[in-house]
Amino acid sequence: MAEWLGLFQRFLKDFILGAGTTLELTAVGLLMGFLLGLGLALAKTFGPKWLRAIATGYIELFRGTPLLVQLFLIYYGLPSLGITLSQTLSAYLALGLNSAAYQAEYLRGAIQAIGNSQMMAGRSIGLSRWQTIQHVILPQALRLALPSWSNEPISLLKTTAIVFLIAVQDLMAKAKRAATITYNPIGSYLAVAVVYLVLVFALDALLKWAERKTKIPGFEINTKRV
Amino acid sequence: MPKPILTIKKLTKKYGNNVIFHDIDLVVNEGDTIVVIGPSGTGKSTLLRCVNLLTKPDGGEIWLDDLEITAKGADEDRVRQHIGMVFQNFLLFNHLTALENVKLGLTKVKHLPEAAAHEKALAELTRVGLADRADHYPGQLSGGQQQRVGIARALAMDPRVMLFDEPTSALDPELIGEVLEVMRNLSLEGMTMIVVTHEMGFAREVADRIVFMEKGSIVEEGTPDDLFYRPKYERTREFLWKITELYGKKEAKE
Repeated sequence: MAEWLGLFQRFLKDFILGAGTTLELTAVGLLMGFLLGLGLALAKTFGPKWLRAIATGYIELFRGTPLLVQLFLIYYGLPSLGITLSQTLSAYLALGLNSAAYQAEYLRGAIQAIGNSQMMAGRSIGLSRWQTIQHVILPQALRLALPSWSNEPISLLKTTAIVFLIAVQDLMAKAKRAATITYNPIGSYLAVAVVYLVLVFALDALLKWAERKTKIPGFEINTKRV
Repeated sequence: MPKPILTIKKLTKKYGNNVIFHDIDLVVNEGDTIVVIGPSGTGKSTLLRCVNLLTKPDGGEIWLDDLEITAKGADEDRVRQHIGMVFQNFLLFNHLTALENVKLGLTKVKHLPEAAAHEKALAELTRVGLADRADHYPGQLSGGQQQRVGIARALAMDPRVMLFDEPTSALDPELIGEVLEVMRNLSLEGMTMIVVTHEMGFAREVADRIVFMEKGSIVEEGTPDDLFYRPKYERTREFLWKITELYGKKEAKE
């Protein structure tokens, strides 16, 4: 135990740096995935037929293939098309594009649940389609989606670990380095497991707080009734 | 000489091969309260939605004042501002307070400044007797209160015509009265209204004309006295008799 704590202490600075990178990857991937995912969800719900088909195709493609394959295609594959991206950029892109497919499905479900009747109500007072989406449907749909969507940031945080395979210096990469230096893989990986766990707990608390903060009295009951 | 606000000519609506209604002709004059009655599935609600362009008719014309709103290129959003709609299930914006529900159209559609919108929204809530509930969310209001907010939301846009689609059908019996009272006052104030309802007491007392629809067409149209005491068709008498009996029972319960 003392030995393990020693290892932890020795690499603490490294782990903190790695955790920072991991959080950055999560945040960027999540944000990119959210913006693109929201667009996909809206396209799939309100778009014309051809746009719906594109959105569906995108979602099926990115959910149907491993993230690691997507990451390698971006980092090792794109250069053959003349597009060379840095390791960090490739990681951001792969995580964001992949997360978008999942987030689109969380959001689409909520948007459809709020659906047509609220669209009709909004249009009835003269709001345009887009105004209704913006001021009526999304504020409700995002609240409705939040509890299930909260899986995504937590899942993404742990998924970022694969980027060490293209040598991004995230938490996982730091663990590998510690393992190589100390010849103590179990201790090293256990140490970062603890760090991941702390990050997930913190993130979970943040999400629960956001859920409380955005709650509207009587809203959940009402959506069930409609 | 009464001035027609809304003129419906040969209006037809189909879903696929299923004809919802056909060749509906109806003239609504300024200040009129028209009550539309008829068995369910006769196209009454669809007719209202067509008038508000929430559903596109397949044939015929609708004129609002001197403007054909069914014409190609008519500005739907603009038309809807002038035609208020009250829904059976209220359809309030559940993430907004009562006041914000009424205010949304004022700021986003009419582009009123914040203070003016606030004042106007509060005035509309006062009109339906809910000024003290301004900060409540729909989930914290009774059905009757929600429907009154729905009415205030539509009124805030200063519509030329108000459409009511079975406004009390989703309400508990003891909450119906407060909504009907608001509607009665509106009618007395001279608001032009088309009301789809089964509330025969309201129809008798408030309607200038009652329109009886069945199987997608207007069977008979006339003053309440005409329809209740001198119906031209046996079918009208039967329907009114049946509905009045139901309504009477409900009233006895209160």
